[in-house]
Amino acid sequence: MSPKGVPEAVIAAVSADEHPIAPFLRMDRMPHIWCSTCGIGTTVKALASAFEKVGTDLDKVAIVSGIGCTGRVAGYVKLDSFHSTHGRSVPFATGLKLANPELDVICFSGDGDLVAIGGNHFIHAARRNMDLKIICVNNFIYGMTGGQVAPTTPLTALTSTTPYGNAEPPFNLCHLAAACGANYVARWTALHVRRLTKTFAEMLVKPGFCFVEIITPCSTLYARKNRLGTGLDVMKYYHDNTVIEHGADPATTDIVFGGPIICGKFVERDRPTWLDYQDHYLGEKLGEKYQRGRMLQEACER
Amino acid sequence: MKQEIRITGFGGQGIILAGVIVGKAASIYAEKNATMTQSYGPEARGSSCSTQVIIDEQDILYPYIRESDVLVALSQEGYAKFVGELKPGGTLIYDEDLVNLGEAKKDLKLFPIQAQRIAETDLGRRIVTNIVMLGYFTAASEAVPKEAMIEAIKTSVPKGTIELNLQAFERGYDEHAQRQGKK
Amino acid sequence: MKADSEGVRTGIHYLDGDRAAAEGAIAAGCRFFAGYPITPSTESAEHISERFPQVGGIFIQMEDEIGSITAVIGAAWGGARSMTVTSGPGISLMMENIGLAAMLETPCVIANVQRGGPSTGLPTMVGQADVMQARWGSHGDYEIIAYAPESPQEAFDLTVKAFNMSERYRTPVIVLLDECVGHMVEKVTIPEADEIEIEPRRLTKAPIGEYLPYAYGEDLVPDMALAGMGYRFHVTGLTHDERGYPDMSEACQEWLVPRLLEKIRANADDIIQFVEEDTEGADVVVLSYGISARVSRLAIQMAREKGLKVGFLRLQAVWPFPEKRIAELAKQIRSFVVVEINLGQIFYEVQRCAAGQCETLLSPHAGGGVHRPENILKVIEKGAKAK
Repeated sequence: MSPKGVPEAVIAAVSADEHPIAPFLRMDRMPHIWCSTCGIGTTVKALASAFEKVGTDLDKVAIVSGIGCTGRVAGYVKLDSFHSTHGRSVPFATGLKLANPELDVICFSGDGDLVAIGGNHFIHAARRNMDLKIICVNNFIYGMTGGQVAPTTPLTALTSTTPYGNAEPPFNLCHLAAACGANYVARWTALHVRRLTKTFAEMLVKPGFCFVEIITPCSTLYARKNRLGTGLDVMKYYHDNTVIEHGADPATTDIVFGGPIICGKFVERDRPTWLDYQDHYLGEKLGEKYQRGRMLQEACER
Repeated sequence: MKQEIRITGFGGQGIILAGVIVGKAASIYAEKNATMTQSYGPEARGSSCSTQVIIDEQDILYPYIRESDVLVALSQEGYAKFVGELKPGGTLIYDEDLVNLGEAKKDLKLFPIQAQRIAETDLGRRIVTNIVMLGYFTAASEAVPKEAMIEAIKTSVPKGTIELNLQAFERGYDEHAQRQGKK
Repeated sequence: MKADSEGVRTGIHYLDGDRAAAEGAIAAGCRFFAGYPITPSTESAEHISERFPQVGGIFIQMEDEIGSITAVIGAAWGGARSMTVTSGPGISLMMENIGLAAMLETPCVIANVQRGGPSTGLPTMVGQADVMQARWGSHGDYEIIAYAPESPQEAFDLTVKAFNMSERYRTPVIVLLDECVGHMVEKVTIPEADEIEIEPRRLTKAPIGEYLPYAYGEDLVPDMALAGMGYRFHVTGLTHDERGYPDMSEACQEWLVPRLLEKIRANADDIIQFVEEDTEGADVVVLSYGISARVSRLAIQMAREKGLKVGFLRLQAVWPFPEKRIAELAKQIRSFVVVEINLGQIFYEVQRCAAGQCETLLSPHAGGGVHRPENILKVIEKGAKAK
């Protein structure tokens, strides 16, 4: 142990020339565009750690993002990564996964991207139980465009398009995903790095539509407009107001302005995936005539 | 020689299939050109429905009927709608139980049949009304050779119903000779 | 490379244009289809939903057309030859992501069975008023390839070609059918698989670590990597450099966008396809495409019976536009007569290319039916008297 009680490994990590997750990142694109105290970076770090934990073959991972602050994740990770159009990460990922089921396809997107403009794709992919891992960074606001109201903004919260306070009820994303049929649903805040990492590790090996929501600070816009203090103050808020309740009924996990944030793993079940259904059902119907998709063959034979 | 044929009835009578069979018979089994089109409406069933088949040795440039040579009518509504496009001296083939000619255009060759009744009573299946009609059409219009029609039926109707449909076709075909004999 | 014999339904069929296009796609190696039902294109989707599970393809009916085109693009990056089929309102919804496909340089095929518009218009009836939309529909500068078949047979042939061109130039290709061709049933001959030439995907052979997604060679088309091949590449709809990284600068825009256009323009002669008949010594050349081209031929026959000297130019590729040939012909003839089921779209292109060397006349039709040959004839007669 070093003088201040900090483990050697940590000293080594912070004093090293290279950040420990540098191999996972496109370091030639650093610095990133995210504000300091933003929670997106934490989430990326947790995913990188989860890959390491699980031993994922990173050649077989694809990250798909839409547009927005979180949409930029695709550009920073050193993986096959696709920065698509606003709201369309889920259908893009659907095509990618079905064309090459070997891939672990992960959508990394913000709340506005996933459930406002992309909401229809989100609910249908969950209904189909498409084998996609959906990471949703929820900061309650549109960051990149300057702090407008989102479908996740709590009632009464101030945004640049709700100057008198938000008068629309928000979505509870975990409840939405669960109701639509997701196989795995969990929520953490950007404070819960170890728990989030563990959740990501579970998600990576769980077949079907997996949804993980991460409540993160947007100190530049959401916290400032709502006088919630600095990024650190928001983290303290998470610390003091998080209630961990694994297995909670997602319907009871609404987020209210100034209220507690219920976190944990809410849903874990084994509905067959879209491809499983296809194989099973079409196989039964067509017998020997059924041929599963074999699109990549040509590419492999190059 | 160019032949412009319209088959009309209401949705559910197998009108479109009848058009496909005629077109397929002419183009695949009789080595002519045949373009089949159909009118589409938003309704799925019960509404007026029609199909057009243009048969020609030459390239078919205009895919729709300009003046029909043959009208096959299986409903009053279809008859009323399309009898006007029949050319003078054209052929009108109709189910006399379903179509009342009223004041028919004078200059037409008329070929009545009770196709639906034959399908129901002789063959026990109303669903083959269209094929009975096709048999009768083949004999009456001579637009497409009989052998070609038989081949087209075999490759167009669901497997397992081929026998029934061929029976229906022959029954309709023979009806023509019977009716001509009675004249 | 040759077509996969398992997918090719060799033989003589009696098919409508929608289904013939679907068979063309399967023959061309398409094994991913995402679509949303819309008249008059549904026959294609239905046909593929039946065929795909038996040829190793994946059919998915998406929640809307936006999802459909995006899944098609995603599937292309996963290694599939992919396609969607739609009509008027659906193609409008797809436009943003057709731009994404152009920007990412994604090979894929979009069939648009044109119906009468604007808006919901005439869902079950013919139109040809999406021709300019096909060219300019998505925002920003890009070039597109579009083919317009005049028969079910050509719907098959040109869909195969559409796939091949999409692979060769790494670009979305649109097959512009119209309701009439889509729904008309005719004989379609599907050749043996080994008679169908298939363009292989331009996959990179670069060593891992040395691949640059948007580095290009002489033909201006970059080689492609697929997800899962180990390259760990990045692509984005943002303006990007040869590494695929976003670079929001005027200089990068200037490096990227002109090439996107130029890779099509410089290769236009390879892409363009048209049929020219009796233009030598003609006074009037009738120019048309899709179903209107067939009807035009009837009018041309009528005009010739009246002793008029009429040639014919039928566009099989509508985009890129055969500018050179039109400019040449303009110097030799009295007039072009453009026949299309809209109120003037390709007409203006012809006028632009003719550049005042001859008259350009339009035989318009608002949609919902095909031209009466007599109406075309009147315009031909007028055109014969020009200058």
